[in-house]
Amino acid sequence: MTARIGVVLFPGSNCEHDVVEAVNALGGDAHIVWHDDRSLGTVDAVVLPGGFAHGDYLRPGALARFSPIMGAVEAFAAGGGPVVGICNGFQVLTEAHLLPGALQKNRGLTFLCTTVEVEVFSDRSVLTSGVEVGSRLRIPINHFEGSYICDQSTLDELRAEGRIILRYVDNPNGSLADIAGIANAAGNVVGLMPHPERAADALFGSTDGRILLGALLRSALAWSAVAAGS
Amino acid sequence: MTRFRALVEVSLRPGIADPQGATIERALPALGFEAISGVRAGKAFRFVVDATDEHAARKQVDDLCRRLLTNPVIEDSAVTLEQA
Repeated sequence: MTARIGVVLFPGSNCEHDVVEAVNALGGDAHIVWHDDRSLGTVDAVVLPGGFAHGDYLRPGALARFSPIMGAVEAFAAGGGPVVGICNGFQVLTEAHLLPGALQKNRGLTFLCTTVEVEVFSDRSVLTSGVEVGSRLRIPINHFEGSYICDQSTLDELRAEGRIILRYVDNPNGSLADIAGIANAAGNVVGLMPHPERAADALFGSTDGRILLGALLRSALAWSAVAAGS
Repeated sequence: MTRFRALVEVSLRPGIADPQGATIERALPALGFEAISGVRAGKAFRFVVDATDEHAARKQVDDLCRRLLTNPVIEDSAVTLEQA
């Protein structure tokens, strides 16, 4: 079985081919899904890639959440299907209310493009399932609005339910509780600011992103088997 | 139908860090604006709305603010309406 991964292309996305390459290099079967379509086709997982969907006009993700494909993404997520938003994709997921909180401008108002160290803080998600908690990964970040914020009760919930999946070792952007990635309550919807697809080949300086994308492919197949049986 | 001019001012909610406002404020003493403080950066939107009365117009604009113009997690809006 090969995990079929749909990578949504919004006008202004710019990491979709990187995700496709990285997934395919890991033995997955990734293809691009156009934002203006209403159906995802047959997929075992969905990735919302990084970039500047709809130019990031108004707020990052604010217009992308109304792209026609998002209805299908929401239905897929509601059915338990794995959905991962990377960087701008994370912003889209918060705007779509598939994940709580919001991403604000970085502390210091600096666009950050560097490789950071993140700690796997929970394995209760489709992106960290089977990954050793406490392990540290070197993965690039590339964002201006990456400072995670939410209210205190949401933070308490995220903590209590093991939904903070990745934390910065040295917080680069002012994110609340050093949050680099979170999951929904079921663990099937994940958002993270770091770009695992940019740490997927030794040429990139780190292959740690393969650990997360590999977990996603396993989660996708596991979900697909469950969905087929139900 | 009556036409109203709407002004929507979007600002960060109290307690939400505003790095833009803080950066602007830090630049003020160098320009000689010693008496200005409490700077908060935001956005403004102007448009017209047709409605039966001001109440109906406000209802539409409030809905627009909630669903699109603001992210309620971090932003508030203030709406001003006047008959066009």
